[in-house]
Amino acid sequence: MEIDDDLLANSDAGTEDDDEFVELAPEQTSAMDGMDPEEFPYDVLALEQVVTLMVDIIKEVRNVVEIPATTTRILLNHFKWDKEKLIETYYESDPDRIFADAHLISPSRKVAIACSKREIKPRYSVKENGEYVCEICYASVPEQLMSGLECGHRFCISCWTHYLTTKIMDEGMGQTISCAAHNCDILVDDETVMKLLSDSHVKLKYQHLITNSFVECNRLLRWCPTPDCGHVIKGQYVSDKPVTCRCGHTFCFACGQNWHDPVKCSILRKWIKKCDDDSETSNWIAANTKECPKCRSIIEKDGGCNHMVCKKCRFDFCWVCLGPWEPHGSSWYNCNRYDEDEAKRARSAQEKSRAALQRYLFYCNRYMNHMQSLKLENKLYASVRDKMEEMQKHNMSWIEVQFLKKAVDVLCQCRQTLMHTYVFAFYLRKNNQSIIFETNQRDLEQATEQLSEYLEREITQEVLRDIKQKVQDKSRYCESRRNVLLKHVHEGYENELWEYLDNI
Amino acid sequence: MAGGLPRRIIKETQRLMAEPVPGIKAVPDEGNARYFHVIVEGPAESPFEGGTFKLELFLPEEYPMSAPKVRFMTKIYHPNIDKLGRICLDILKDKWSPALQIRTVLLSIQALLSAPNPDDPLENDVAEQWKVNEAQAIATAKQWTKMYATRG
Repeated sequence: MEIDDDLLANSDAGTEDDDEFVELAPEQTSAMDGMDPEEFPYDVLALEQVVTLMVDIIKEVRNVVEIPATTTRILLNHFKWDKEKLIETYYESDPDRIFADAHLISPSRKVAIACSKREIKPRYSVKENGEYVCEICYASVPEQLMSGLECGHRFCISCWTHYLTTKIMDEGMGQTISCAAHNCDILVDDETVMKLLSDSHVKLKYQHLITNSFVECNRLLRWCPTPDCGHVIKGQYVSDKPVTCRCGHTFCFACGQNWHDPVKCSILRKWIKKCDDDSETSNWIAANTKECPKCRSIIEKDGGCNHMVCKKCRFDFCWVCLGPWEPHGSSWYNCNRYDEDEAKRARSAQEKSRAALQRYLFYCNRYMNHMQSLKLENKLYASVRDKMEEMQKHNMSWIEVQFLKKAVDVLCQCRQTLMHTYVFAFYLRKNNQSIIFETNQRDLEQATEQLSEYLEREITQEVLRDIKQKVQDKSRYCESRRNVLLKHVHEGYENELWEYLDNI
Repeated sequence: MAGGLPRRIIKETQRLMAEPVPGIKAVPDEGNARYFHVIVEGPAESPFEGGTFKLELFLPEEYPMSAPKVRFMTKIYHPNIDKLGRICLDILKDKWSPALQIRTVLLSIQALLSAPNPDDPLENDVAEQWKVNEAQAIATAKQWTKMYATRG
């Protein structure tokens, strides 16, 4: 278990060298909730380890099916790196079919099969005075300078190199480069690629593309989403559990988003999509504007008078009832049309979208607010570090001041949880359990805000003992409230107590 | 190939001139050997029969590693060719192979005129029409051929 060593190494570093800012980042281990009895087993792999892993899997499969390494890799990719499935399918159905499906030539037959039926007679390269003519550059080259795959199409080596370089560098293709011949879908294997490439840049890019497709295809591997981090998390099964990369970032292994307990991946995905798309813009338009009853132009009212004249079609109408202005009389208008069916429908539709908008904004504001605060807490780490140094100058030991950093950790965890409780609540249908949930949410929010306030206060020599007590109590309280909330939600999942609103 | 025209383009051009494809004419521009003026005759038994369609074909710097750029200059009513004359054809995009040539590209375009593919449309309105009322679509295509692709 490589991760254990790593975490140990990390906390060791923390005790020896607390100057390093990164060490102050919240230590969220896979067991950070303290409520999940079985820990989610995972490893953090560096790039080289990913390559080793890939090679190992290839070896393992080769030992069973006995086919060349590069063919195995393409085959594995075809099976999304599920080696059990590959081996099972290999022995239970026709291997030749599998090779054809994966765009490979069966190594046992070495006969062109997938190469498209009709044309391409074995005239891949024409002989001219004992030399071959490459069909790409039309140059005559001696046989030893021609190359090709098992499909039989042959081109000159320099054209091959050029072709592969274009595919790799310009089109970003690694896994699925096919033979250069028209209508031939036989894939180029790594060995051939590496043999034909000479530029080390291109080779490197190719290796990156291969590794990337290995990770992307493999359900048990996930890139750390931190830009340029380059580490890969390897889980033993797929589950929505938090994983922490060597760079300190904690995210959900199932969906790759920041760790989002208590909300489920699918709901969070829905929420993010809602926040990203324009549905709320159109909701705003529906809530704050009306359409001209005649030409349907969208109108926002910016003055007091209800006698509207559409700028576009010159139609006179009443803003309140959306009926024509004429029957409203010359004195103060008499909206007796107010109750008419059509106007009623228009109004209720508008009220609906106004209510929907308000509801969304309510949850969104709170979600965004915690997200913003969470970002600011990173500043708090810096200021807390100063305070801790200051306190150590005033006769406090190193161990005695650690409570401050711990409190900021708790604060961040609570913010992260609170932020996602609003996503959860947005989709939640009201029932008895949801009321309990909201009470838990309120308690946690209140306590979190108080903790945040304590941490931002000036700490002076006089109040030091008092504030230490308060901060410690409050952060313990926050932690326990957070656990209560999460536990309640998880129990709700298990007992199917949560009902969702399905039309938003 | 430094500086000059690659051997491949020279040879292809020579061959195009020496053994032209029936119904297709491709002449390099006087000032630019990578730019071709193309005339394609509407294939027999297609709604484009009797029409002569002007196209332009340009061989980019990376040719033959990337596909030539081809565009209809004559207006044409076809589900896979848009208002600007751009062509939706797989071998001009992801199915391009450096072993293909100007000749094969133009033959494929001619084949596309014989067999429009409304299921993979570029011009949605035309494709819709082709699916809903094929007879009407063919009539329109014939009319456009007469209006825009017939000389004199």
